[in-house]
Amino acid sequence: MEIGLIHYLVVASALFTLGIFGIFLNRRNVIIILMSVELMLLAVNINFVAFSSFLGDLTGQVFAMFVLTVAAAEAAIGLAILVVYFRNRGTIAVEDINLMRG
Amino acid sequence: MILSALAFYLFAIVAVFSGVMVITARNPVHSVLFLILAFFNAAGLFVLLGAEFLAMILVVVYVGAVAVLFLFVVMMLDINFTALRRGIKQHLALGLAVGVVLLAELIFSAHALAPQVVAHAGAVTSPGEATNTQALGAILYTHYIYAFEGSGLILLVAMIGAIVLTHRQRSGVRRQTIAKQIARTRAETIEVVKVPTGHGI
Repeated sequence: MEIGLIHYLVVASALFTLGIFGIFLNRRNVIIILMSVELMLLAVNINFVAFSSFLGDLTGQVFAMFVLTVAAAEAAIGLAILVVYFRNRGTIAVEDINLMRG
Repeated sequence: MILSALAFYLFAIVAVFSGVMVITARNPVHSVLFLILAFFNAAGLFVLLGAEFLAMILVVVYVGAVAVLFLFVVMMLDINFTALRRGIKQHLALGLAVGVVLLAELIFSAHALAPQVVAHAGAVTSPGEATNTQALGAILYTHYIYAFEGSGLILLVAMIGAIVLTHRQRSGVRRQTIAKQIARTRAETIEVVKVPTGHGI
């Protein structure tokens, strides 16, 4: 019943796989894809914090904080691009994005 | 000890379940709400791991800012989501295959790696020395000060980028421009017209 490092790693890998699977499953919907990316970053953070805790080294938690920063910036920029794209085209289907050349 | 194990399984199962719901929910608003639930449970896992500060950051920054941003965008844009779900079946098999392979690999490598890590574990910081937040601040503002400043710069650039991208000048909207009002002079507003008797202007 002892909860070790491996338990946390399994949870993180399940969440990461769900993120990948979400990208495959919702290829047309950018919002869900962005949420899947957030899930993957969350899984990475769980990994960082689990290793940091079990190694007794705070560096992992510092790095997890930087990952949080970058993830927040990525979400803001991604959603801004999404809003601009929707204003121009009236849809958010990802397949049409390659029409935006030039 | 048994209580923390129970808490771990509760948080882990709810987190994975809400992760499944994020990618399969029909309504994107439900997806966002399940994402929030996943973040809360991950924060619970962080608390179990002894990273209280990161848990609070996760709740405040993610649930308070990022998830609400998602919610705003989902509700603001008038999107036909049923059309977007078309063709979801044809990617299912490929996604499942990639997912199963990836999960197997990850769990396999975790099983291989975890015993070594536990064997090499250094002295775990004993409780009572300093709180997690104090220790994190002490290391963040000394060793990692440049990375910290850099992350602040990233946030600044992201903020400016988001504003520049989404800001637009609407045509046909009359706004008060105070500078123009203040800069008005008597000469350009008042005109003295000589009106001949019996005629209009």
